[in-house]
Amino acid sequence: MSCSAPAEILMGRAWKYGDNIDTDVIFPGRFTYTAKGREEIAAHALEDLDPEFASGVRPGDIVLGGRNWGCGSSREQAVTTLLYNGIRVVVAVSFGRIFYRNAINQGLWALTVPPEAVASARHHGEVEIDLGSGLLRSSRGETPFQAPTSELRRIVEAGGLIPHVLSQLKEAGS
Amino acid sequence: MSPVSRFTPSTGRVPADDGTACTFAQKALARAAGLSEMPAVGSIVTARPEVVLSHDNTAAIVEIWRQLDQARVAIPDRLAITLDHAVPAPTPRHAANHAAIRRFVAEQGIRRFYEAGRGICHQVLSEEAEVSPGDLILGADSHTPHFGWLGAFGAGIGRTEVAALWATGELWLTVPDSLRVCIEGELSPWVSAKDLALTLIGREGADGALYRCVEFSGACVDRLGLSERMVLANMMAEFGAKASYLAPTGEVFEYLADRVAARKARESGFSESDIDSERQHVLERLRERALYPDPGAPGMEIRIDASRVQAQVSCPHTVDRTMDVSQLGRIPVDQAFLGTCTNGRLEDLELAHRVLRGRRLSSGTRLLIVPASSQIMAEAAERGWLVDFVAAGAMIGTPGCGPCMGNHMGVLAEGEVCISSANRNFRGRMGTRDAEIYLASPAVVAASAVAGRICSPEEVVL
Ligand code: SF4
Repeated sequence: MSCSAPAEILMGRAWKYGDNIDTDVIFPGRFTYTAKGREEIAAHALEDLDPEFASGVRPGDIVLGGRNWGCGSSREQAVTTLLYNGIRVVVAVSFGRIFYRNAINQGLWALTVPPEAVASARHHGEVEIDLGSGLLRSSRGETPFQAPTSELRRIVEAGGLIPHVLSQLKEAGS
Repeated sequence: MSPVSRFTPSTGRVPADDGTACTFAQKALARAAGLSEMPAVGSIVTARPEVVLSHDNTAAIVEIWRQLDQARVAIPDRLAITLDHAVPAPTPRHAANHAAIRRFVAEQGIRRFYEAGRGICHQVLSEEAEVSPGDLILGADSHTPHFGWLGAFGAGIGRTEVAALWATGELWLTVPDSLRVCIEGELSPWVSAKDLALTLIGREGADGALYRCVEFSGACVDRLGLSERMVLANMMAEFGAKASYLAPTGEVFEYLADRVAARKARESGFSESDIDSERQHVLERLRERALYPDPGAPGMEIRIDASRVQAQVSCPHTVDRTMDVSQLGRIPVDQAFLGTCTNGRLEDLELAHRVLRGRRLSSGTRLLIVPASSQIMAEAAERGWLVDFVAAGAMIGTPGCGPCMGNHMGVLAEGEVCISSANRNFRGRMGTRDAEIYLASPAVVAASAVAGRICSPEEVVL
């Protein structure tokens, strides 16, 4: 699971991609039932889209996409492959809806932002995200976006749905 | 002129005049969340699904669920589990995965378990009438909107969410905006629901219905056969939709009632007359439970004139790169694949049979046919179609997903071209990133196998 402390500001180097990046290129279907363990899952990240990603990514880096990031299959490895590479936030103009849910439920921030925000970031440039106030900063300026709701914050900040449900079950049991 | 036109009766989320008209999505989620008032579009509800679906990914879900430290699944009777994605197991690793699932099913006493060979989850749960109109079904599979064919709210979710559902029986869901798609007019010969779906997705884009519930209406939709309803609902996953919906018709209720009554008869040894009255009873209950959107419910509307829709093909590597088959240049085909939860049904095999009977595959082209379920396979065998397919040179696979997601049994080599009746042509989908997948209707797939290049059935069946 990812870090469970509240993270108001996220900073990192950007990996920027286009529209309709589907789950098959984020994590190829041919490995879904066989790849096990963090390292093996991490190693295939974006393999069919950007072969340099898995070897070049550093913990804390930020992934940006255009419209419909993560469309396609419901495979959760499309999220975990990013988490296991130390990614804590994916920023896109819109998300495939299952990817979006999987991200929140695994404790990966999926932030929907206006197209200008993505446009302002450069591939491999530095990006800073203020979760509390909903601002994305890059060398080309600052763009506001809608800050995540409290329901979603609770789940992501708990580290995902499982830790969130565990604490709920504990509360119900105690 | 395009067969698709956009029409915005009331903009965005503004409800109709009196403000009380509701979408199917609102009604279905109100019921699933046990709310007496309709939830607003965009609000988050806590819903309790009737059915929670998983397949070969069940073992992975079990591992997550174990982290929750529960001895028993909270809702064993709501689970439905099928083995379908890699069947029969192609490697020891896949076999171990299946074995782990069988152990879990036995340990937890899961009744709705469908073994390898029974068929693809969406098809099997449809045939077994495990889902009723107005139900909420959540599945660890992205094509769960399939159940819109019978007027249920089906949405795909992730593995972690399924694990949480097993433990609590409930999950957060956003009430989606609805997109109404009204289809009028008659389909031309050899043009099918697949072509309707590809026309819609091609015109509006793969994210055209993102986060939304696609609610179909119109005379053309009401006339579609059950199999065609399934195609339309199933394909909405490729439109970005959260769920889809077709208003259940008399035929839908009859189909489900027959199967529910037959199952009850099997389980409790009913007599003939008991079955009849049970069937009547089920029919009434199904009709009562059905949900329909109100006239004037909020949401944008798109209209399609079916009579102007042509046979479509979706080009590599996204589903929305569509064009008329007649516009496509010469594309030689290495493999044709007929099957999947989208187009592996009896009606699809029937179309293929009309094209293939008495003909041979083009040399250099192979055809793989994978029926979506064991019932379909048995019926096709009974009708003699399988023999004719084999005589034409086709291969027949075990009911299941086949090579649809590149696991096994018919994956492609680098540089190969496949024409497929599936729903996805993403890069790498069928095993290697350097293959090209074109999507089309079963009739086009069969015709292309005979011609050795992508073509319309009219070119083969004169
Ligand atoms: S047939 Fe293909 S799309 Fe349908 S459930 Fe199986 S893998 Fe998914």
